[in-house]
Amino acid sequence: MTSAWYRLAEVSNNIIDQCVAQGVPFAREYGGLLANRSFGGAQVSRTFYAKGQTGQQLLLGAYSSLNRMIHAGKVKSYNRYEMHDVVIIDGSYNRYEMHDVVIIDGRARGIIAKNLVTGKLERFAAHAVVIATGGYGNTYFLSTNAMGCNCSAAMACYRHGAYFANPAYVQIHPTCIPVHGDKQSKLTLMSESLRNDGRIWVPKSIEDAKKLQAGQIKGSDIPEEERDYYLERRYPAFGNLVPRDVASRAAKERCDKGFGVNNTGKAVFLDFSEAINRLGIDVIRQRYGNLFDMYEEITDVNPGELANEINGVKYYNPMMIYPAIHYTMGGIWVDYELQTSIKGLFAIGECNFSDHGANRLGASALMQGLADGYFVLPYTIQNYLSDQITVPHFTTDTKEFDEAEKRVQANLDHMMAIHGKRSVDSIHKELGNVMWDYVGMARTKESLETALKKLKELRKEFETNLFIPGTQEGMNIELDKAFRLRDFITMGELIAYDALNRHESCGGHFREEHQTEEGEAKRDDENFFYVACWKYNGDDETAPTLIKEPLHYEAIKVQTRNYKS
Amino acid sequence: METNISFKLKVWRQKDAHAEGRFETYEMRDIPTDTSFLEMMDILNEQLIEKGEEPVTFDHDCREGICGMCSLYVNGHPHGPATGATTCQLYMRRFKDGDTITVEPWRSAAFPVIKDLMVNRNAFDQIQQAGGYVSFQTGGARDANAIPISKEAADEAMDSATCIGCGACVAACKNGSAMLFLSAKVSQFALLPQGRAEAKRRVKAMLAKMDELGFGNCTNTGALSVKDYLVSLRARRQETAR
Repeated sequence: MTSAWYRLAEVSNNIIDQCVAQGVPFAREYGGLLANRSFGGAQVSRTFYAKGQTGQQLLLGAYSSLNRMIHAGKVKSYNRYEMHDVVIIDGSYNRYEMHDVVIIDGRARGIIAKNLVTGKLERFAAHAVVIATGGYGNTYFLSTNAMGCNCSAAMACYRHGAYFANPAYVQIHPTCIPVHGDKQSKLTLMSESLRNDGRIWVPKSIEDAKKLQAGQIKGSDIPEEERDYYLERRYPAFGNLVPRDVASRAAKERCDKGFGVNNTGKAVFLDFSEAINRLGIDVIRQRYGNLFDMYEEITDVNPGELANEINGVKYYNPMMIYPAIHYTMGGIWVDYELQTSIKGLFAIGECNFSDHGANRLGASALMQGLADGYFVLPYTIQNYLSDQITVPHFTTDTKEFDEAEKRVQANLDHMMAIHGKRSVDSIHKELGNVMWDYVGMARTKESLETALKKLKELRKEFETNLFIPGTQEGMNIELDKAFRLRDFITMGELIAYDALNRHESCGGHFREEHQTEEGEAKRDDENFFYVACWKYNGDDETAPTLIKEPLHYEAIKVQTRNYKS
Repeated sequence: METNISFKLKVWRQKDAHAEGRFETYEMRDIPTDTSFLEMMDILNEQLIEKGEEPVTFDHDCREGICGMCSLYVNGHPHGPATGATTCQLYMRRFKDGDTITVEPWRSAAFPVIKDLMVNRNAFDQIQQAGGYVSFQTGGARDANAIPISKEAADEAMDSATCIGCGACVAACKNGSAMLFLSAKVSQFALLPQGRAEAKRRVKAMLAKMDELGFGNCTNTGALSVKDYLVSLRARRQETAR
């Protein structure tokens, strides 16, 4: 798999050209060439951007191209449909193959999807199936993922035998707006670009922290010399631009020691005073104005507002931030062709595991998603389809489709019939709490074993005490959420199994037993130099089987990251 | 500072596209002002489910103001009283204790109700499908720096590109016009050299589709934060080239 990285690096330059050709308005220098800026994990300015909404603009670019293909009649789009199962058909069925080789293993030949508006299941047959269904961050209930993000398609593939790789590698983003209370539904990401000009700090003295927590003083009341810019202190080479996992753990470390700056004690400051004093508010507003407005709408605090002056130094309202689940590096295992361990089934983008290893650096999720879709899969899938050229279009009128639909329907019927007392969200929140508390930023053997025990209980609660109002006819948002939650519980266990197995700290996975004296992650390359692939064992209750894919590096020497010097 | 407020919530309930809708009134008690409007709707739904009733169906997804799904018409304003923000970015501190808050779906013939507050905005997709793109084949794009673009043009195109297609302009417009949406797309592409070659064809195709889908035409109301007026003017200038 090492060469998948090489390929990504090769094609990623084309991404910008591709997007510019689509009409994505990337920022330009006065000379007319593309502008760059720095980003978390990088020491040089090398990221292309479109204001503070690059991802959104890339998405809109892709969407416009997709619309062009829909208009041309080459793509049919089914809005408000959700994949509920993948249909595997045994190769021997494929009697149309020219060569007389009997293929024993099954191939992905279609999906069962639910039309969410009518509530009806529908069948789709195909020569190959590609899932591009995103990550599993919402297993934690609170995350920066959109509310509809779910891992059900990936779980359907997993239950059919597709390996799930490195589920424990979950990325926690350092710059999110802190949780305000138990009614919170979602965490808002403040763009990482803020760390270019924002400085992260907590008070040096615990007394000041306590006063902040009690609401007796504000951040702007604390003068420069009383502030602990802990990232600059601990990582002088990268400062506020250390990678996300390092920044997140450092924030947790300060807050766990009692230096948190809001009423819950789970927040740190992100301060623009120095940048505003140096560059002026106009420049800063030009860079981050939309983010400042968004922050003010949510928290009622304007980060660009002059709040205090101490000894001639002007202090502006700082933002408060705290880490939150953001991205999942693990995913369905794929080979160099992006094909899963099931023939004819491909996984691209965040839902596969292939490009980010144990940690992901800023801007590279967009890079991978676009590279997979624009430049990799269109070529690799041809290698699979080339020997399918004589296979005529499938009918959905086969026993495999019958069985798959029956299975999905039985699951829906079962959930409707439980008639317990608890709403989907209440169980999902409980799942999120278990995951955050025991399988979150810092994990131990004990915490993971506790998590597995609690998740078993939670599945039982789901199976016996769930309540879904309404019927299966038409749109039923609770039924759709329940379908996803069932898979989130299985996903949660999968994360915990993997985290328990990996007795080392590596990237987004931090085991407290494995850290240096300075609290940095400590790898164990001797024993864990592999991709952990998990194979489903027939039912959700049974632990999956571990299959190790060893890592081989040829051109580079494996090292430990150093952000200090 | 966070406080709790109590208020009356009048919500449009409609079983499906064909059923007749009606307002239901719910008493909401002690809602923290730090909760978002959609979280307040979640609280309502939890209460309904607890009573064995069906929750209110509404569209939402990113909940951070970028996807444009949360198409709620609150107290007579698309996305509620805050300007330049989607419903998910609306917080309860905008409301007072004792208020009556009315929540409706987008009202437009081109956006039929699916259920309760959820509408079908597929008409926007169709307008864009008619021509809202640069005709360019994936793969083989030339070096982006070989097309120099002045900072001013790039910034102005970016202003238009901030349109997320939420449909608020249609909901706000007394004519149910999609001109702001259309203009944003048309301007973004026409301002950039990549999109200029087919600017005329694009605006004609998109306008024809908009008319066909039953949207009204334009008299400006000033509904959104996209630099709407300039953007809209530009599209109309292009339209006269028709």
